[in-house]
Amino acid sequence: MPRQPRRVVITGTGTVTPFGQGIGATWAALCEGRSAVAPCRTFDFGGFPTPFVAQVPDELFDAKAVVPKSYRKATKVMSRDIELAVGAAFEAVREAGLVTKAHEQGSVTIPPARFGCHIGAGLIAAEENELTSALATARSADGSFDFGAWGTEGMKNLTPLWMLKYLPNMLACHVTIVHDCQGPSNTITCGEASSLLSLGESMRVIGRGDADACISGGAESKTNLMGMMRQHYARRLAATAPGEDPATVVRPFAADAKGCVPGEGGGLLVLEAMETAAARGATALAELAGFGASQSFCADTLGVEPEADGQGIVDAIEAALADAGMDAGGIDAIIPFGTGVAMLDAAERAAITKVFGARAAAVPVITLCPGIGNCGAGAGAIAASVAVRALREQRLPARINCADAGGLDAASAPARDATLRAVLVFTPSLGGQNAAAVIRSIA
Amino acid sequence: MNAPRIVVTGTGWITPLGHDIEGVWKRLLNAESGMAPITRFDARTFPTTFAAEVRDYDVARFVKDAKVHATAGLNSQFALGAASQAWRQAGLDRTPPRDPRRVGLYLGAGEGVLDTANYVGSNLAAWDAAAGTVDGRRWAEAALACMTPAREIEQEPNMPLAHLAREFNARGPAYNCLTACAASTQAIGEAFSILRRGDADVMVAGGTHTMIHLLGVTGFNRLTALSEFKGDPTEASRPFSLDRGGFVMGEGSGMIVLETLEHAQARGATPLCEVVGYGSSCDAYRITDIQPEGRGAAVAMEAALRQAGIDPHARDAQGRPPIQYISAHGTGTKENDSIETRAVKRVFGELAREIPMSSIKSMMGHLIAAAGSVEFITCVLAIRDGMVPPTRNLRVPDPELDLDYVPNAARKVAVDVCVSNNFGFGGQNDSLVVRRFIA
Repeated sequence: MPRQPRRVVITGTGTVTPFGQGIGATWAALCEGRSAVAPCRTFDFGGFPTPFVAQVPDELFDAKAVVPKSYRKATKVMSRDIELAVGAAFEAVREAGLVTKAHEQGSVTIPPARFGCHIGAGLIAAEENELTSALATARSADGSFDFGAWGTEGMKNLTPLWMLKYLPNMLACHVTIVHDCQGPSNTITCGEASSLLSLGESMRVIGRGDADACISGGAESKTNLMGMMRQHYARRLAATAPGEDPATVVRPFAADAKGCVPGEGGGLLVLEAMETAAARGATALAELAGFGASQSFCADTLGVEPEADGQGIVDAIEAALADAGMDAGGIDAIIPFGTGVAMLDAAERAAITKVFGARAAAVPVITLCPGIGNCGAGAGAIAASVAVRALREQRLPARINCADAGGLDAASAPARDATLRAVLVFTPSLGGQNAAAVIRSIA
Repeated sequence: MNAPRIVVTGTGWITPLGHDIEGVWKRLLNAESGMAPITRFDARTFPTTFAAEVRDYDVARFVKDAKVHATAGLNSQFALGAASQAWRQAGLDRTPPRDPRRVGLYLGAGEGVLDTANYVGSNLAAWDAAAGTVDGRRWAEAALACMTPAREIEQEPNMPLAHLAREFNARGPAYNCLTACAASTQAIGEAFSILRRGDADVMVAGGTHTMIHLLGVTGFNRLTALSEFKGDPTEASRPFSLDRGGFVMGEGSGMIVLETLEHAQARGATPLCEVVGYGSSCDAYRITDIQPEGRGAAVAMEAALRQAGIDPHARDAQGRPPIQYISAHGTGTKENDSIETRAVKRVFGELAREIPMSSIKSMMGHLIAAAGSVEFITCVLAIRDGMVPPTRNLRVPDPELDLDYVPNAARKVAVDVCVSNNFGFGGQNDSLVVRRFIA
């Protein structure tokens, strides 16, 4: 048998969500039961079943403010997804009390060669205005696109580094440059499961001794035309009527659940070996105690329709529990994906019921999508950050938009104090990958 | 203390040089080229007009039921063909694993191909030139009238996973990573790590990718990374040659079956070779440039060799260098080939010049996310046959590049241990060490 892996703790939780920058802003909004769902600021989405999205407001997040002065020029080649990742990393490193290259002074507290980075990313959409203004220069007389004109002149209207905004690994590229992470680095692209899978991979990398610390999680923006359209085609959107209150649209586990809205956000954590975190005097906020991954059977091959019995989700949860050396009885709260898409909710409900048995109705569920929508590759790590905060505060945030959760503890409720020792987080993805993590208080 | 040994029991590929292991291998050893004018779209006026395309490919010849995969995009189609070969060579079609939850997938699959005509058409239809913006309402109207759910969802990079999971009933850990040109090497390395840790018995690993499409070629042309050679396309890719001028795009997929030795032996499978080392690092240097000393590349190679228990400076028992073949990243760009050479010299010191190191990208082009997977398979074959493939088009020696790049002709070399390198745009570096299997 392999030697016992090192234990892994969380020392920083960085988030940029539609509630703002920093886990404090997200936590406060969740406890107040707010929703950031609103009409899209950047595009008129009136041609879709809903004009609503959950966007990070410009007044609450400025990418230029989260990079070192010497790196500010690079923000020109950052897509929205990259900005969110860089912002989340900034917050995570700050909370972890790490001194990295980004500080531009003082000596770094993590050797670059021992510092890894695993970031989940989505299919990054090209900025439509930038691309189309270039495409429009290569049109034939009838208005159609002219490949010949594009090849000779049109493409020159795109900045030479254009493609570098859209390669999924550029999130990690920028974060590793800013914080000088020269250790193992990966970019996981498994839809909404991406950031929990990244946390799992960092946990293994640290566990086997290939790094002492990792910036880990994910980020994505779906609040653009292509993101909106793919959510529509995947039957994830809530159709809304004119005049409908956006704050009430996303209703996880409710009988009247009708879908979700695209969101955007980043969650990056600092994970560290328990021993090296202790050696530098860091505060371990919680332990990443267990991780599991699995693949669901996709009847439609694409995974638009989830496995109805949630068996793949069950497999991931059971693997995570076994990895943590626990059974379901030790879990005091659950953060499922909770999209409010009825077929996805049903699969998650089936999985929770199967894993928790008679206790399924008694374990509090924390729901995030009513407030922040579907943050894609950022979703799992934002959830993990909320889990850490809940453990630290010994408190459950408020829930909204669910009059009756039909047998789960997921109905609307104000925030309340609770005894929490361990929180289970899981995200299934479009495509059928499942990831689950057990986050535990430091005993 | 002892981690399980991990062996390769199956290999498969779909490449610009063919769709079967033996035929493609023969063409590689003959130094044949897969480059020709681009046929997937009208690239005649582009700075680069050629690529290495997969030709005459029909996924239905490989899968159990083509109807199940009717919506598959090109990446998924390539992956299904390559993985089906590997699955069969491993004998898993005859002895399917008992517990599907012990069968995992780790791919380095690229993003899918945009529905170019409809996407560009919708954008132009909704373009408000006066405002300089795309009108969202008009865009939705145009796009929803012509785009289709399957085509859009298939562009998600995790869709090849969904197809393979379906084809092989794999329900274990499933990951897709996308670290540009390093992706499938990293996928094989992480799959190897998952098996070593005991989280699965069997992993299908590899990559699949095409970027031979409007915005792919445009993007690389704008970066001036592609060869813009004006002569015979088969002479355009010139890794390690003084007159090298950029890479040539390829496409396709390489897939392998990895399993624990115990699992392979229990079902009577024949190990083709053993994976013994994996190293990963990040340049953390600049978004466009590689660290000039090859620091990251060297760190990845050193980590992989350390795990394999190989001292890069010590000759083996037969007096040979400790590695007998390096499958180079060898893209044919000025920067990569110089820095990779520097990194190899940094790792192997005096012995570097004695190790044959070639780039099959000179023949099948750069398969981007899938590059590492086909190059890894080349290492498996080099060990099997004692032959190393050449670097085609190496006509003009570069005085700064003084390693043995196996110019223009394959060579008979007794190979027992190989290193396969890939370095991603964006700074990720990955190396694998693969060794002849000895029970």
